[in-house]
Amino acid sequence: MTAFLLRRLIQAAAVVLVMSLLVFLGVFAVGDPIEILISPEADQFERERAIKALGLDLPLWRQYLVFLGNALRGDLGRSFVFNEPALRLILDRMPATLELAVGATVAALIIGLPLGLYAGLKPNSPLSKGIMATSILGFSLPTFWVGLMLIMVFAVQLGWLPSTGRGETVTILGMRWSFLTRDGIAHLIMPALNLALFKISLVIRLTRAGVRETMLMDYVKFARAKGLSPARVTFVHVFKNILIPVVTVVGLEFGGTIAFSVVTESVFAWPGMGKLIIDSINVLDRPVMVAYLMMIVLLFITINLVVDITYSLLDPRVRLEGKS
Amino acid sequence: MSGFRHAAGLAAGLAIAASVVLPAGSQTLTMGVGAPVTSIDPHYHQLSPNTAVAEMIFSALTQTDAHARVTPDLAESWRPVSDTVWEFKLRQGVTFHNGSPFTAEDVAFTFERVPKVPNSPSSYAIYTRPITRVEIVDSHTLHLHTAVPYPLMPVDLASVKILDRETHATATTEAFNAGPMAIGTGPFRMVSHRNGDRIEFERNDGYFGARPAWSRVNYRMITNDAARTAALLAGDVDVIDQVPTSDLAKLRNDQRLTLAETTGLRIIFLSFDHIREESSPFVLDNEGKPVPRNPLKDVRVRRALSMAIDRNAITERVMEGAAIPAGQFLPEGSFGYVPGLNPPRADAEAAKRLLAEAGFPQGFRITLHGPNDRYPNDARIIQAIGQMWTRAGVRTAVEAQPWTTFVGRAARQELSAFLIGWGTSSGEASNPLRNLTATFDREKGYGASNRGRYSNPEADRILEQAMRELDDPKREALLQQATRMVMEDVGILPLHIQKNAWALRRGFTMDARSDELTRAQDVRPAAAR
Repeated sequence: MTAFLLRRLIQAAAVVLVMSLLVFLGVFAVGDPIEILISPEADQFERERAIKALGLDLPLWRQYLVFLGNALRGDLGRSFVFNEPALRLILDRMPATLELAVGATVAALIIGLPLGLYAGLKPNSPLSKGIMATSILGFSLPTFWVGLMLIMVFAVQLGWLPSTGRGETVTILGMRWSFLTRDGIAHLIMPALNLALFKISLVIRLTRAGVRETMLMDYVKFARAKGLSPARVTFVHVFKNILIPVVTVVGLEFGGTIAFSVVTESVFAWPGMGKLIIDSINVLDRPVMVAYLMMIVLLFITINLVVDITYSLLDPRVRLEGKS
Repeated sequence: MSGFRHAAGLAAGLAIAASVVLPAGSQTLTMGVGAPVTSIDPHYHQLSPNTAVAEMIFSALTQTDAHARVTPDLAESWRPVSDTVWEFKLRQGVTFHNGSPFTAEDVAFTFERVPKVPNSPSSYAIYTRPITRVEIVDSHTLHLHTAVPYPLMPVDLASVKILDRETHATATTEAFNAGPMAIGTGPFRMVSHRNGDRIEFERNDGYFGARPAWSRVNYRMITNDAARTAALLAGDVDVIDQVPTSDLAKLRNDQRLTLAETTGLRIIFLSFDHIREESSPFVLDNEGKPVPRNPLKDVRVRRALSMAIDRNAITERVMEGAAIPAGQFLPEGSFGYVPGLNPPRADAEAAKRLLAEAGFPQGFRITLHGPNDRYPNDARIIQAIGQMWTRAGVRTAVEAQPWTTFVGRAARQELSAFLIGWGTSSGEASNPLRNLTATFDREKGYGASNRGRYSNPEADRILEQAMRELDDPKREALLQQATRMVMEDVGILPLHIQKNAWALRRGFTMDARSDELTRAQDVRPAAAR
């Protein structure tokens, strides 16, 4: 286990380093932040001052080394736009995005697993066929369209839910959370559901495929022949075995949701990290873009590690050994 | 019968009036704005959304009204006492939100702070730099010394929000954003600020100017156009700005809403490659080979390209009425507007004749560039122009790119012809003349946004004369003369001036501002009908 973790950490460090270079070059290639940020009325003198103030007068390689040096000391730079540390800006926005991602993932599991299980156990019932047909919609409808439709129906027409924004928050551990207030939950429902739609469909399909495959296995036949109750066969013998692909996909999807819920966050004016990154890209706020992408790299590395460890807990045959 | 109907109508009218006019002093206004506010520090980042919020919290010596005319704010009056000295008389008895009195010392402190804000990506120092010395005559009189006569002083100072020497001596940008330093002399106090999400205000009851109608204001940033409109329709916000042109007709017909519209100060125009004498990168002949001489340097070609464009078709169909055709920088009524300088009548045949006269009887091929996410309908406008030019014999390809990529290429003179916009926040003609069409000159600070590098020495000379002329009518005449020269030379090719639109729930009314700012003090409950 220790050797496995150590090797993973070294790999992670290498990936982070390579990514930092790629991200830096990519962000550099997009465009010139001064042209975007500076007031059009600024004269040449003022432009030169701003270029110097933001450190953009240095050649690229020196800008990268400065960034790397600061990053090693835990400083990912200051936002050009907000004049605040990029990392703090991102962390400020994190609770909002986490709420959304956790809400969507929980909804996906609560709704997706039972439906998928049912569709797998009774593949020929009309209800199963209905579930599978509907799940196609969940895959294929674009998020921004579904989001706008949700707003039109539930906020504009019916007036049940607030249209956009984040509700009232309470402060816990220095972070603002909205899922603990009534108003906060009301604001959370639509964006979380919008994000969950794709995931629900995914979980339904994975679960159904897993159940259908597992039901034909010898050990299931044996369990039934032994006279175990259908409930025990389903929930102990089948369910546990189909969870491995579901955990993998949901884990990676969770990371994707945190990192790239941009569309949902902008449609619902949800002040999360996705909104921050898209606003930052629009004004070429390089420090925030770089810090954000670096964080996402770390996030995915962590999630993969957690997924690997979860495997070993779910399936005793998987061993986290140092030897390959 | 008719008497009864009359009475019923009257009763209904009273009921409406009663529902509209709520007791003053207990009302909350919720606004949905399309562009994020990036800083509460009024000296950190020059950007319209920041200015709008700064004008709710802070005041400047002067201000501009809804039609961009300069009016008193913290200064009650001003006049040039000599060619290089401006005198400002300050308002008495004004206090900051924390009770600290406002004096001439605070103005001097502000002018010291403006150029020294660390890391500013776009400083306000361009407005304070002409001041060589601040002389405090008494606690409420200032003499501002300049090196050369500087007629724009009152206009420029509307952009510089005054801070308090006692309060803000060591204030950082972060302390403004976090709240404790967001202390000004303006109509509202900031209660809370959640970056990129919302700002909450309460009324400053000690404000020296007109009392705002709202005791609380909730300023929400909703950048997605469709979501902003939906929030208004759902009743979650009372007013939205940046109404998409495609929604205007629908919102206009909605009984629950009203619109506030005005002609803006943002001109959309085409800029040409003036820097290359020989072949321009995106101009080819009909065989696809580079053209040995740059046709865009020939005024006849530029006039032909202008004539080939049907501006009415663009404003009516592409912009759906949300713009007026333009033949110069500013709309009628602005300082420096030239009466009678109108865009040419669209005429493809006359354009062809002019092209032939210039030595291009077969026309040529060109790529027209533009942004696709910056101005309303930007990509569709260049497509329309591409068709119009092609009809006049200039085969046009169109390339629209995201602003972040496009603007850098335009600034590096990589393009031959491109669409871009300019907002003249000061509302007077020296501003576009200096920045857009004056010869690029680092020493003078002229032509910084002259991306096509147009140059007209005679117009430059008249502009410089205007910039030293303190007499307003004389200065206006000079600016008109320079504008006419640049426009007759088609230094830039003006297309249209945008209209600004806000949508409000019925029961609200607003003074639509030509400078696009969305401020709570401009919104009021509608008068009872």
